[in-house]
Amino acid sequence: MAAFFSVFLDGVASGMLLFVLAVGLSVTLGLMNVVNLAHGAFGMVGGYVCVVLLNDAGVPFLLAVAAAVVAAAALGWVLERTLYVRIYRSDHLEQVLFSIGLVFILGAVVDWFMGARQQLIQLPEWLSGRVEFAGVGLGRYRIFLILLCGAVVAALHFGLVRTRFGARLRAAVDDGVVARAMGLPVPRIFTLTFTLGSALAGLGGALGVEVLGLDPTFPLKYMVYFLIVVAVGGTNTVMGPFLAAMLLGVVDVLGKYYVPQVGAFVIYTAMVVLLLLRPQGLLKKAA
Amino acid sequence: MRALLHGLPWVAAVGAYFAFPEFLPLLSGIAIAALFALSLDILVGYAGVVTLGHAAFFGLGAYTAGILAQQGWGEPISGLLLAMGAAALLGAVTAPLVLRAGDLAGLMVTLGISLMLYEAANKAAFVTGGADGLQGVEVWPVLGIWRFDLWGRTAYLYSLAVLFLLFLLAMLIVRSPFGLSLRGIRGNARRAAALGVPVKRRLAAAYAIAAAYAGAAGALLAQTTQFASLDALSFQRSAEGLLMLVLGGLGSLYGALLGATAFTLAHHALSEASPQFWQFWFGVALVVVALAGRGGLVGLGRRLLRR
Amino acid sequence: MTHLTLTRRGLGAVALALGAPSVARAQSGVFRIGLILPMTGPFASTGRQIEAAVRAYLRQHGESFGGRRVEILLRDDTGTQPDVTRRLAQELVVRERVKALAGFGLTPLALAAAPIATEAKVPMVVMAAATSIIPSRSPFILRTSFTLPQATKPMAQWAARNGIRSAVTMVTDYAPGLDAEKAFKEQFTADGGQVTAELRTPLRNPDYAPFLQRVRDAAPQGLFIFVPSGEGAAVMKQFAERGLAQAGVRPIGTGDVLDDDILNDMGDPVLGMVTAHHYSAAHDSAENRAFLEAFRGIAPNARPNFMAAGGYDGVHLIAEMLKRTGGSDDGEKLVAAAKGLSWTSPRGPVTIEADTRDIRQDMYIRRAERRDGQIWNIEFDTIAQVRPNI
Repeated sequence: MAAFFSVFLDGVASGMLLFVLAVGLSVTLGLMNVVNLAHGAFGMVGGYVCVVLLNDAGVPFLLAVAAAVVAAAALGWVLERTLYVRIYRSDHLEQVLFSIGLVFILGAVVDWFMGARQQLIQLPEWLSGRVEFAGVGLGRYRIFLILLCGAVVAALHFGLVRTRFGARLRAAVDDGVVARAMGLPVPRIFTLTFTLGSALAGLGGALGVEVLGLDPTFPLKYMVYFLIVVAVGGTNTVMGPFLAAMLLGVVDVLGKYYVPQVGAFVIYTAMVVLLLLRPQGLLKKAA
Repeated sequence: MRALLHGLPWVAAVGAYFAFPEFLPLLSGIAIAALFALSLDILVGYAGVVTLGHAAFFGLGAYTAGILAQQGWGEPISGLLLAMGAAALLGAVTAPLVLRAGDLAGLMVTLGISLMLYEAANKAAFVTGGADGLQGVEVWPVLGIWRFDLWGRTAYLYSLAVLFLLFLLAMLIVRSPFGLSLRGIRGNARRAAALGVPVKRRLAAAYAIAAAYAGAAGALLAQTTQFASLDALSFQRSAEGLLMLVLGGLGSLYGALLGATAFTLAHHALSEASPQFWQFWFGVALVVVALAGRGGLVGLGRRLLRR
Repeated sequence: MTHLTLTRRGLGAVALALGAPSVARAQSGVFRIGLILPMTGPFASTGRQIEAAVRAYLRQHGESFGGRRVEILLRDDTGTQPDVTRRLAQELVVRERVKALAGFGLTPLALAAAPIATEAKVPMVVMAAATSIIPSRSPFILRTSFTLPQATKPMAQWAARNGIRSAVTMVTDYAPGLDAEKAFKEQFTADGGQVTAELRTPLRNPDYAPFLQRVRDAAPQGLFIFVPSGEGAAVMKQFAERGLAQAGVRPIGTGDVLDDDILNDMGDPVLGMVTAHHYSAAHDSAENRAFLEAFRGIAPNARPNFMAAGGYDGVHLIAEMLKRTGGSDDGEKLVAAAKGLSWTSPRGPVTIEADTRDIRQDMYIRRAERRDGQIWNIEFDTIAQVRPNI
């Protein structure tokens, strides 16, 4: 039983991480109908910023993570203003072409400066090692991930429900045409959302160095996972992708623990079944 | 004039055989990629069903042909047909699932099915060789005459012949009443349904046909390289096929040929010039084409001609 | 001798070539080597290491051997697509008229290219891939890396002699991993130990946490690990986080796990870990010091790993083949010249066995230790001249 909880909590932690990495993709898809497969690249950039600051400049871990968030946000903002605005009216497939191209470019740039090898960081003392609760062992870093990402989820959820920006964003997602007609500055809302999504990806990338690893293939490696989170979770809420990410993290790790012979088969089957049962996303009522 | 245009790619393809005898392995790669992109064009460009998991059929075709040849039946043409049959069958079985889910969810179902197949092939190492690939594939000479040689002559001509025949067939399909009804569905599915077109059945048929085409492409790869590996089933393969098609332009069949050729040549030339950093320039090229506007290279060419 | 060689070379070229241009090219004195490596993708670090080592060798020893200037044609096979490796090999032979193929980062890639070497009668020097069966796939394959049984059996022996009675194996689920799993079990049980569980992790996108939890459940005295170069860091992080060391599990493995490329960044959790391998950057010899210096000249910020050693010895082998044949183009002669060749490599004394075309070499038992502020694999025991198919 202790082993079950230990593995379960691992799954929760990686699910949280996946959510933070993917939620921006889901919101941009819902809001502007843009398929941005380069979303993971913002996570990668965040990860590298964190690694460089931590390893080469000796910046404390939390500060390095914060800087990663800022860097990813800045990159997201610049690219949205300069490049993404040009493809909003293209069809989805051209957006795929564009964003994959961007993934290649950013991957090569990172490779040019940092090389192709795995990047490693040393966590500060207070985050390494593990603690035991009632016989259930859990890495301190995983607890930290669960708490921090949990706070992010809560903030996003309440931000979306309670704040003025959240109300505008929901209005724009539900019906962009009407929102525009009502005088909402939809393009600005989008820029802000895109930047926020990139910032979250940057956070996920920085926090993920220790758990997911980091090399120039990061955006491609996890692209499928991001897509699963978005598709299973739906694009209209924060909680939908969150549940999807948790499910993905937990089912994946439990599948690998209990039936390693079957491997990743479990998670793909679960995805297909969920998509067939709930094609509009976990939380969306059938139309 | 039009007939000339239609003939041009094939004249060029045959001409290339004589002009570039040292590039035949690459040229066979282009022909196979073109067939795969063609299969996607039937599905995405004509029927309007987007997929991220088309490698499932490519890989199934590759493993079917490969395993047949490994188990002692190396006759290429029957192997090709069996591979197409197997892929079409899988297409027919999975089409209802994909169509039922619709749009984004349907797209992800295609991806899910291809990932399941990838894992299945990975785990069934006793049949597929797992991550090490299928070993000991021995393909017999084409028609009992032409052996698959080191220079890739047979491989190229064989791949090109299959591509040509299937291209002609695709032409017939898209111009038939069936093909026109697909366009109608793509344009407006509700109206098509109101006009009495059995939408789901038509789309399912298109799905199975496209699957058979992808299976043929996979079988060609396995037969000409005498090898099959998990990579044939990978997400990367699906995505690459889609990129080629979008690069060339959807819905004209020629876009698939052009896209596959441009994509493969660019990839090859860039990675040869800069084995470490080719991805940068390749990415720039994709971004530029995407920003240049609708219709990929074919659209670009049309606009230039109109000027 | 000179004109005799020339004629021989000319005949060889005519025999292989189709048209006139190739004859002219073959006689120009340049000996082309097709180097196929994963330069991008998940295994890019392997390619980068080998390429740097190859360039280091040529800078150190000059570029002419046996009267032929060698030219390296580098190709990227992205590490995951065996059909691409095969196509590149074919193109290099047909179009670029390379007279030797080299590189081959992973087993599936090497296996896919083997038939090309056979058909083109071109020596194929495997610098990285380490599954035992590889050289048996073509009479033109020579290997300068290692085989997994070669590294695994000494490890199992050491474990059995040093207080580990029960062990779990955890290997990557592809040919080299299965090789290691089998070799470990054979040797370890023969020495009186017991393998209580055998775990296999996937090659692509592995997540080691659930597997290491199973190890913890099994609570063995030792955990034998094999993962491809570059993956060791992820495993050892999880090993530390799951508290396996505190639970009394001793990690051991082939040197792939404590790859010199990333060893220094792996940090304290790996200190004290014992592995067996053929090369450590900390190996104390004049040859290794020269190698380190040459490597630094090419890649100032990297430490060469065992992949680099395989690449360095691979070009050395080709250079020696050229010297011994007076610069022949004939693949059969080149391979014949390589058989039985012995030299002192940066890793120690090595021999290309005449019967297997595989490498016989010393294996070292090493412990990860901090020296001068950096972590190194310090060799403390040597098993002399281990055969590849031990």
